[in-house]
Amino acid sequence: MKGLFKRSAIITGLLLFFAAGSVLASDGTQIDTGVTAWMLTSTALVLLMVPGLAMFYGGLVRTKNVLGTMMHSFVAMGIMAVLWVLVGYSMSFGSNVLGGWFGWNKDYFLLKGIDETITPAGVPEYVFSMFQGKFAIITPALIAGAFAERISFKGYVVFIALWGLLVYNPLCHWVWASDGFLFNMGAMGAIDFAGGTVVHIASGVSGLVAALYVGSRRGHPKTAVAPSNLVMTMIGAGLLWVGWFGFNAGSSISSGLLTAQALTATQVAAAAGAMTWIIVESIHQGKASALGFASGILAGLVAVTPAAGVVQPAGAMVLGLLAAIICYLAILMKNKLGYDDSLDAFGIHGVGGIVGSMLLVFFIRKSWMASAATAAGGSWTTWQQFGVQAAAVSIAIAYAAILTFILIFIVNKFVGFRASTESEMQGLDHSYHGEQGYGMLNPR
Amino acid sequence: MKLITAIIRENKLDQVREALIDAEITRITVSRVSGHGQQYNEEIYRGARVIPNLIPKVRLEIAVNDDFVNTTVDTIIKSARTNSKGEVGDGKIFITPLEECIRIRTGERGGKAI
Repeated sequence: MKGLFKRSAIITGLLLFFAAGSVLASDGTQIDTGVTAWMLTSTALVLLMVPGLAMFYGGLVRTKNVLGTMMHSFVAMGIMAVLWVLVGYSMSFGSNVLGGWFGWNKDYFLLKGIDETITPAGVPEYVFSMFQGKFAIITPALIAGAFAERISFKGYVVFIALWGLLVYNPLCHWVWASDGFLFNMGAMGAIDFAGGTVVHIASGVSGLVAALYVGSRRGHPKTAVAPSNLVMTMIGAGLLWVGWFGFNAGSSISSGLLTAQALTATQVAAAAGAMTWIIVESIHQGKASALGFASGILAGLVAVTPAAGVVQPAGAMVLGLLAAIICYLAILMKNKLGYDDSLDAFGIHGVGGIVGSMLLVFFIRKSWMASAATAAGGSWTTWQQFGVQAAAVSIAIAYAAILTFILIFIVNKFVGFRASTESEMQGLDHSYHGEQGYGMLNPR
Repeated sequence: MKLITAIIRENKLDQVREALIDAEITRITVSRVSGHGQQYNEEIYRGARVIPNLIPKVRLEIAVNDDFVNTTVDTIIKSARTNSKGEVGDGKIFITPLEECIRIRTGERGGKAI
C-alpha cells in the first residue's frame, strides 16, 4: 500500500510539473491551486444562497404564491447571470467611464478577453468573475421580499434586469473596483468587505422604495397573512447561513489568514444575532419563535457582511447582537407605521446593513487602523473612518432609492409592475405560472 | 339550520371568502379537496399541456340558519363564477338539513350556536 502511494505521489508530482507550463498565464502569473480551490467552493456556496433565499421567502408567503415567490429568486439566477457575462462584469470591474459612473472594458464583453487570464491573487479570472456574478444574482433577488405576493412576473423580470444594470453594477464598481471612488475614499477606502452597502443596503432600501410605491397587499394589515410553510423557511435560513461562508470568507479572494478571520466573524455574528433575537422575543412576546431565530441569523449575517474582514470575534459578537436588537425594533416600527415590506427586506437587509457598515468602525482590529494611519500619512482615527462609512452608506441609500423610484416608474408605465387585483387574489402561481405549489397543504 | 357545502375553484377562494365576509357570513371551514367533475383541467407540465386525473378544488363548509341560506348561496354563485357567465369547472353547492349544532365552549344548542 505504502509503495503504491509513493509511486502515485511521484506520478502526481510529475504531472504537476508538466502541467505547470499550461497553468502559467500569458503575463506569467501562476495559478495558486489552494486559493483557486477555495474560490471555486465559495462561488458554489454563494449560489447555494439563492435557492436558500427562495425557500426562506417561499415558506413565508401564502400557499397560492409559493412558486411565484420562489421564482423571484430562481429567475434572478437566469437573467442576472446572462447579463453579468454580457455587460455586468465589464460595468463592475472595467475602468472608469462616464466620470466613474460605472466601468467598461471591451475585453470583458462576453468575457472574451479573460479566457486565459490569471488574476494577481493566483485565481483564473473566470473564477473571480463568476464569484462576483453570484453577488449580482442574489442582490436583486433580496429585493423581492419587500413586494412579495403582489407583483407581475414580467414586471419583476424587467425591473431586476434594469436594476442590476443601473444600480448594482455602478455601486459594485464604486465600492469594489480598484478605481471606484468609494474604494479610494479616505485612508484605505470605505470598508465594505462582502457587500454591506453594495448588497444589503442597496437591496433593502430599494425594497422599501418599491414597497411604498406599489402599496400594500390586498387586505394588509387588517387580514393577517400566515406563512405557508415555516419548515421550508428554516431550511432556507440554514442554507443561507452555510452559503454565507462563501459570501464572506470567499470575499477575501484568498485562502489564508484573512479568510479565517472573515469565516470566524461570520459564524460568531450569526450565532449572536440568532440568540439575541430569541431572547428579546422571549422577553417581549413570551415565546422564542423559529422564525425569530431565523431572522436573528440573518440580521447577524447581514451586519457582519461589511465588517467580516476587519473585526475580531468580540466585535462580530457585538455587531450581531446590536443588529438583532435594532432590526427587531425596526420591524416593530414597520408594523406601527403600517407599510407593507412583506418579508422585511428593508427591516433586515437595509437596517442590518446600515448597522453593520456604520458600527463596524468601533471594532476594527488594530493592525488595520495602523496600516490606515500609514496610508493617510501619520494618523487615522475611528471617527475619520466613521465619516467615510457614513458617506458611503448615504451615497448607497440615496443612489439606490432614487434609481429604484425611477426604474419602477418606467417599468410600471411600460410593462406594468403591480399584479392586477384578480391575479393577486388568484395567487401568483396560478396567474403567472399556471401551476400550483403545494399538493394537499391547506390553504392559508 | 342547513349545512351548505360548496366545491369551488382553488383560485376563486379569496374572491368567495371576501364576498362572504362582505355579506357578513364569517364562520366558514375551508379545505383542499380533489375530485372528478365535468371539467378537464389543463396544466402545464414541462412545456406540455396535461390533464391531471383528479382536479384540485376547495371545499367550503358553512352552517347557517334558514334565513341565511339564500344570501350565502347567491354570494357564492356570484363570486365563484368565471367571467360572470360561468364555465365548466366552476363547482357545485350542496345544501343538507342540519340536525343539530352545538358550541363546545358553552354547550349551547341550535340556531344560536351557529
